[in-house]
Amino acid sequence: METIRLTIDNKTVEVPKGTTINKAAKEIGIDIPVLCWMELHDLNIENRPAGCRICVVEIDGRRNLAPSCATKCEEGMVVRTHTTRVLNARRTVMEFILSDHPKDCLTCPKSGNCELQTLAHQLGIREIPGQEIAAMSTYRKDTSPSIIRDLDKCILCRRCEMMCNEVQTVGALSAVNRGFMAVVAPAFEQNLEHSTCTYCGQCVAVCPTGALTEVDHTPEVLRALADPTKTVVVQTAPAVRAAMGELFGMKPGTLVTGKMVSALRALGFDYVFDTDFAADLTIMEEGTELLDRLNRFLQGDKTARLPILTSCCPGWVNFFEEYFPDLKDVPSTAKSPQQMFGAIAKSYFADKIGISRKDMVVISIMPCLAKKYECQRDEFSEDGNPDVDFSISTRELAAFIKQANIDFNNLEDGDFDAPLGESTGAGVIFGTTGGVIEAAVRTAYEIHTGKKLEKVDFTELRGFEGVRSATIDFDGFPLNIGIAHGLGNARKLLNDVRSGKSLFHAIEVMACPGGCIGGGGQPLHHGNSEILKARAAAIYEEDRNKPIRKSHENPFIIKLYEEFLGKPNSEKAHHLLHTQYFDKKKKIVVKQ
Amino acid sequence: MMAREKMQILVCGGTTCSDGQGEAVFENLNLEIEANALENDVHVVHSGCFGLCSMGPVVKIVPGNTIYTKVSPDDAREIVSEHILKGRKVERLLWKDPSGNTLVKEDEFAGQKKQLRIVLRNCGIIDPENIEDAIAHDAYAALSKVLAGMKPTDVIQVIKDSGLRGRGGGGFSTGLKWEIAYKNKADQKYVVCNADEGDPGAFMDRSVLEGDPHSVLEAMAICGYSIEAGKGLIYIRAEYPLAVARLRTAIAQAKEYGLLGKNIMGSGFDFDIEIRYGAGAFVCGEETALIHSMEGLRGEPTVKPPYPAESGFLGKPTNVNNVETLACISPIILKGASWFAGIGTERSKGTKVFALAGKINNVGLIEVPMGTTLREVIYEIGGGIRKGKKFKAAQTGGPSGGCLTEKHLDIPIDFDNLTAVGSMMGSGGLIVMDEDDCMVQVAKFFLEFTVEESCGKCAPCRIGNKRLHELLEHITKGKGTLADLDRLKNMCLVIKDTSLCGLGQSSPNPVLSTLENFRDEYEAHVSLKKCPAGQCKDLMEYFIIEENCVGCTACARVCPVGAITGERKEPHHINPDICIKCGACMEKCKFDAIIIQ
Repeated sequence: METIRLTIDNKTVEVPKGTTINKAAKEIGIDIPVLCWMELHDLNIENRPAGCRICVVEIDGRRNLAPSCATKCEEGMVVRTHTTRVLNARRTVMEFILSDHPKDCLTCPKSGNCELQTLAHQLGIREIPGQEIAAMSTYRKDTSPSIIRDLDKCILCRRCEMMCNEVQTVGALSAVNRGFMAVVAPAFEQNLEHSTCTYCGQCVAVCPTGALTEVDHTPEVLRALADPTKTVVVQTAPAVRAAMGELFGMKPGTLVTGKMVSALRALGFDYVFDTDFAADLTIMEEGTELLDRLNRFLQGDKTARLPILTSCCPGWVNFFEEYFPDLKDVPSTAKSPQQMFGAIAKSYFADKIGISRKDMVVISIMPCLAKKYECQRDEFSEDGNPDVDFSISTRELAAFIKQANIDFNNLEDGDFDAPLGESTGAGVIFGTTGGVIEAAVRTAYEIHTGKKLEKVDFTELRGFEGVRSATIDFDGFPLNIGIAHGLGNARKLLNDVRSGKSLFHAIEVMACPGGCIGGGGQPLHHGNSEILKARAAAIYEEDRNKPIRKSHENPFIIKLYEEFLGKPNSEKAHHLLHTQYFDKKKKIVVKQ
Repeated sequence: MMAREKMQILVCGGTTCSDGQGEAVFENLNLEIEANALENDVHVVHSGCFGLCSMGPVVKIVPGNTIYTKVSPDDAREIVSEHILKGRKVERLLWKDPSGNTLVKEDEFAGQKKQLRIVLRNCGIIDPENIEDAIAHDAYAALSKVLAGMKPTDVIQVIKDSGLRGRGGGGFSTGLKWEIAYKNKADQKYVVCNADEGDPGAFMDRSVLEGDPHSVLEAMAICGYSIEAGKGLIYIRAEYPLAVARLRTAIAQAKEYGLLGKNIMGSGFDFDIEIRYGAGAFVCGEETALIHSMEGLRGEPTVKPPYPAESGFLGKPTNVNNVETLACISPIILKGASWFAGIGTERSKGTKVFALAGKINNVGLIEVPMGTTLREVIYEIGGGIRKGKKFKAAQTGGPSGGCLTEKHLDIPIDFDNLTAVGSMMGSGGLIVMDEDDCMVQVAKFFLEFTVEESCGKCAPCRIGNKRLHELLEHITKGKGTLADLDRLKNMCLVIKDTSLCGLGQSSPNPVLSTLENFRDEYEAHVSLKKCPAGQCKDLMEYFIIEENCVGCTACARVCPVGAITGERKEPHHINPDICIKCGACMEKCKFDAIIIQ
């Protein structure tokens, strides 16, 4: 590999050709402050519009300061990162940025977790000269079912735009207006609700300030808990336990399943259940549907729709309803685990404890913002009563626990309640990319072949590559599996399906890079992909530690079918656990 | 009768003239020609801009080159009956210089002698809608010479040797730019003509496109041949409808004549040109922003490198040249590099077109050799300052440039000299200011433009320029302090030093150069709370001179806010706390008793 030698702050460094100055500096321990720049290394995602100009450095022989995030190293270059000229420029530019930023840190949802705030501290900004005569750029606040856009706080880092367009290919957000009023917004500055937004929340996950945040549903949860007439049931998604510890100072990848259960109980939830249970249920329904389509296909039935696509990710569902409505008969009709849980809780479990569904409130703890929208969809309610009443994110739960002054770190481990709290390792791995399909394979293999798996770990399905494929030997039949995480990667696979070129029998799609562990509702990773890797490792660890690792062996699932549903894909199962999709292709309607 | 030999009546078809009554003049002249059955002997044609924009509509009669100015549609009958039929000039319409002397021909005009027309060579001479007329004036001869026997590298060498530098603002060597594009090999390359003329007051590109579109098409084809590109794109602002129409006509005609398209002149070289429209964003004159705009993306710049010559339109090597640069190409090819290099200064060759505007007698387009001094431009060509006032400053380079003062009057104007004194060539706008102009207001005016035109991508330009403007506003309101001047300067330097593209890197220039050259004026605003030029409304005070006031009460009656008090036949007084400075009293006073101070 061709390398380049240069000098940064009088130290010589040798880097591969094409390396940018800020990365070369990092090699020798020089951390140049950055703001708009962000990189998710293992996912090949980099944002470098060179717009904030905070990371400027002095390069000998150049007239102007250069942005170190976007300037490539050249042979013999002499770079200085902290001359007075650089420091003065950095400070002045920071003062510019802050002069156009609200100063309501006290009540800002991002306070304490805001990259702008951190940088202001680092640069020692104590006052903003000229603030008294400085106009602010202000915009209409926009609240959608999942996401709040408070654009007065937008600093034009363009990370959200990059995630929305380049990574997710959703195209809901782009820069609009010019000059001082430039801001990132949907076309014609419409509300997010009228855009192509899938509520995947990746924009929220990367926003350095409080410009993009989730809709906070904890007040509604508190109200439900305070209402003595309500039985409040909570379900927790698999990815939550692998990340929430970070919000309590634990290192990424720390599993906090037991503490989370204890905290929820301490908060006053009547039943603490696990979405993993519903994930096992999803495998029963989706796996059966896969085998049914596969068998029909193998018998020459031309109407058998293959590949089957997983349908547990609500951002993904929104995406294909928006962009691939012609393929809406391709995904599995199985509801997502969140919605399966709600349907079972408000029927089977409500009957069991003898209350009516309207006296039960189902709360979900999700790594996801699209789940907020999903539980508000009309088809997931009965007579106006939703199966899942409110969905709150990992971040909201952690804030709620802190609000209740619960000493999370010193909680004893608790256990989920029965019966909807019992799950297998297959349910846990739903939380990371490749997990749903691995769980499906574990069950489908044994049902299809009638043989016991010797090894349940399908490592060929794991990893962080954006698009992966593997062929699993189903006792002589090669089952071709595709996996995509990130909607842009999903689009590639979907385009193949649309044009009939796809050779896959089953495809797993997760809207967020990394799967649910990288969801829009998770603790902010601030661009550090090591954090995502640690969370994935924690998920697989929990799977390994489970005594049962295949969904169809979950005794409570078996019991649920015996007592209530009959068998997978039965009429009752269809009624409660399956759904349909809609053509949501948006026409642009300009609303004033 | 005079009309035996073939005569032409050229009616200026530039935007300024035709937007006035030029179209009606053109139509009426045609009607008169028909009425007198002169269609076969006299042709009425639209021509490009004569550069006499303040005197339009302009009509020129050839042969004889008689110029009539401020022609109204009703004058058509007299022009035809007197000049065409009887050979008698219409005295009252003849062109007059500022002192009222009649000028018959362009060359009688003192200012014309200092001019040298290379870029504007055919403007006002040919019919821009007639390719044959253009060909008769050497259009496509250079292309033919190139295709007949020059290698791409030969052409590039000629352009390099000529010393031609980009006229769009940057001043980069055109030949070198072509060479880089040539060396980057690709299956497709593009030649882009930057016709996104955005400097306020600059209209030389428009005039070339309206008056001589073939010169640009030909140069693009020559560039295409030289860098081995098959496709040309003209990025033009949609606000130039006449230029667009003329370009469309010219492209269609060139294709019909086999001068564009497949196998041009049987050489095997294919080259096509398409027009792309811009929405008039100033920043789209920056080449990366221009390319993004053509790609259908947001018109905002990206970090260079990579330069367009490496990765431009659709990721392919792209050469972007400005209209005026391209208009120099054919003469260089035909007359040789040394001819061009013989004109101008050491490092700036050829001529430069300026759009003269502001407090100057002859506003309009001029073309002078590089190295002409500001004094020559203002006093000899421009006819001096209007109303005999005193020259104060001249802004070159539009909002990106700086102002030149009296001490700069004798500096030869070229790329490097202008940069050295804190201004720049830019696209060639030249706005002249006199003693009545407040330099803080001037800086504020240009900042207002930049604030409006910043794309918003980088923080220093998006927010910094806004803050600069606010602080200037603060100062013109008399609320500034001496410390603000230091802050102003620091902000300017940081914006220049940190902005992403040329817009932000140059936007503080008007502030910096006025601050440098007119520091005392800024200080008067902040320390004395006075505007020496009397332009800052908030710093003015209306005052009644007791000796002159007869106590007629007219001022008190006209004052809308009751700020004036006084007994009849006694001197009156203005209460400055109530006065809104509308000026009504001063207008009313017959005794010159009210003054501003």
